[in-house]
Amino acid sequence: MADASHLHAHGHPSTPLGAGAAHAEHHPRQQHHFYSMDQQLEASILGMWIFLVTEIMFFGGLFMAYIVYRTAYPDAWAAGSNHLNVLMGGINTLVLICSSVTMALAVRCAQIGSRRGQVVNLILTILFGTVFLVVKYFEYAEKFEHHLVPGPHFDPALPAQQQIFFALYFIMTGIHAAHMVVGIVLMLIILGMAWKGRFGPDYYGPIEVSGLYWHFVDIVWIFLFPLLYLLGAHLGH
Amino acid sequence: MSAHVAKVPTLFAIFGALFALTILTYFVALQDFGWLNTPIALGIAVLKASLVVWFFMGVRWNTPLTKVVVVAGLFWLLIMFGLTMSDYLTRSWIGVPGR
Repeated sequence: MADASHLHAHGHPSTPLGAGAAHAEHHPRQQHHFYSMDQQLEASILGMWIFLVTEIMFFGGLFMAYIVYRTAYPDAWAAGSNHLNVLMGGINTLVLICSSVTMALAVRCAQIGSRRGQVVNLILTILFGTVFLVVKYFEYAEKFEHHLVPGPHFDPALPAQQQIFFALYFIMTGIHAAHMVVGIVLMLIILGMAWKGRFGPDYYGPIEVSGLYWHFVDIVWIFLFPLLYLLGAHLGH
Repeated sequence: MSAHVAKVPTLFAIFGALFALTILTYFVALQDFGWLNTPIALGIAVLKASLVVWFFMGVRWNTPLTKVVVVAGLFWLLIMFGLTMSDYLTRSWIGVPGR
């Protein structure tokens, strides 16, 4: 990805002085196989989107399983949904939206060359992401206490099909949470680069494509929240 | 660099819309619309996701090629959902064992 650009930060050592006027104007972050910084950025964004499409299909498989089993056991699905903590899920939805806007602001700050703005917004993004995971921890702990984790200790009073709902709940939110952890690590690396003043109006590819990943993880949650937490809400508790 | 820089009011307007739609999806879910509950919830989710993709992810200002890739990704997802459910939803049409 564009992160590798520093490998070629030293220009073109084989170019004789004066012979490569065009080369001399190259931005130090431009890799030699790109015509321009614009093309390099477009290629980075396209490459990230290709990766995100594979992520769409990855999560898509889980949503597919969700659709198949929900079609088969609609009642167990609605009842299982009512065991989830809507307040915690809702707070987490809002927390992720906050993290997305600070992420978008961080990219904007890179584009206008505000180092301070990038650092502040990236730290906020990381904090919101961490809040999400902390809330998720308490949610999971609550599920263990209430015997809602599939397996031998699952509440025997509940229909067996609800175990499938909770299995998918834990797999989908668990993999989503794993993506959040990866996102936070990614943002810590980007924060380090921003701290050093690596990004500016001419070069902000890494922060932009990392932002795309962050927003994607937010979008997955935008679908998980209504599909897991809210589907049985109208049936009452 | 000729790339588009998003305006701060735009970003906060999208933020407000996402916040409002999250509240909306909660209160809508409390009402009983019969089979329409899920389509309504999904409609709101798709609208929220579109706002994120179009403005926060800036696909609006990306190249046509990137836009095609994004749409193709969603299209392939729908192919997976469509073909799989065309199997599961029609298995009961013929009364043979092992369906």
